[in-house]
Amino acid sequence: MDIFGKAAGQQEPSSKSIAKERLRLVLVHDRASISPQLLEDLKEDMLKVISSYMEIDENGTEVTLKSDDSSVALMASIPVIKINRI
Amino acid sequence: MGEVLVITSGKGGVGKTTATANVGTGLASIGKKVVMVDTDIGLRNLDVVMGLENRIVYDLVDVAQGNCRLKQALIKDKRLEGLCLLPAAQTKDKTAVTPEQMEELCLNLKKEFDYVIIDCPAGIEGGFKNATAGADKAIVVTTPEISAVRDADRIIGLLEAAELRNPTLIVNRLRPDMVKKGDMMDIDDIIDILAVEILGVVPEDQAIVISSNKGEPVVLDLNSSAGLAYRNIAKRITGEMIPVTSWEAEEGLLGKLKSFFGFND
Repeated sequence: MDIFGKAAGQQEPSSKSIAKERLRLVLVHDRASISPQLLEDLKEDMLKVISSYMEIDENGTEVTLKSDDSSVALMASIPVIKINRI
Repeated sequence: MGEVLVITSGKGGVGKTTATANVGTGLASIGKKVVMVDTDIGLRNLDVVMGLENRIVYDLVDVAQGNCRLKQALIKDKRLEGLCLLPAAQTKDKTAVTPEQMEELCLNLKKEFDYVIIDCPAGIEGGFKNATAGADKAIVVTTPEISAVRDADRIIGLLEAAELRNPTLIVNRLRPDMVKKGDMMDIDDIIDILAVEILGVVPEDQAIVISSNKGEPVVLDLNSSAGLAYRNIAKRITGEMIPVTSWEAEEGLLGKLKSFFGFND
């Protein structure tokens, strides 16, 4: 209960920091849903970098954003065909 | 050739029209030739905020559709030489003007004026597209509220998509007393989140209400804090380096005000 929390010296967060935290979270979602183009660009760049280390199946590659209530994750599924010998 | 600045926000009621009136009047008061264009067709208000509502004959739609010459529709301000208003039409809707017509209009206005200040309607639909079509730079207005900052973020994204990169930010209606108590986001918090450059901070000020009651932009009121804030904003637009005052009188805000959050971009 609130009163015990206060007695134990735990300060309630200011309403400003609550607002900021909520805003950060909501913007992660807002921004994630704004542009499929950005995701496509990101995928192309990732493939370019990875291709110099290993042979990958570009057509089988999937890059998506998965979101739940508290976070957003970038999920990439990239089938590897062959790893280059160094 | 002048510069076209669009003043936008996404959310309604954060002070776009007041900002337009004061930025325009502020620039004119330091000797610039300025025209303000109200693109909020159907919900025009810049005329009343400027106290010029009785002088309207022609409007933006008349100009766009060729019913009159551009010069005929420009209303001269009663206080400042070199300040004009092009009012919106009140009886039409946003589709009465096209982005192409706006682009052409802006091009013509920049030949005559140092600054073309465009008052953008709230929202992200046709009115926004019209208002941004001919713009060179964008100014985003927000208040320190979660809803306004969220919408500002969305608008910044849309501005970038419209090739209007690096907009600057006006934080309106800041209440230093609430910031001090930790009950309102400060400028730093908002810049942190939006990652844009700050153009100015306008404190909550009763003088704003009084000045719009009278139809006299607060920037001309030498005794008001909001007026001072807008005078500084006008000077910064012309390139003068004036540090942005945190109304909390806190250090650490000044300097490079662009910062990025972990999740950003």
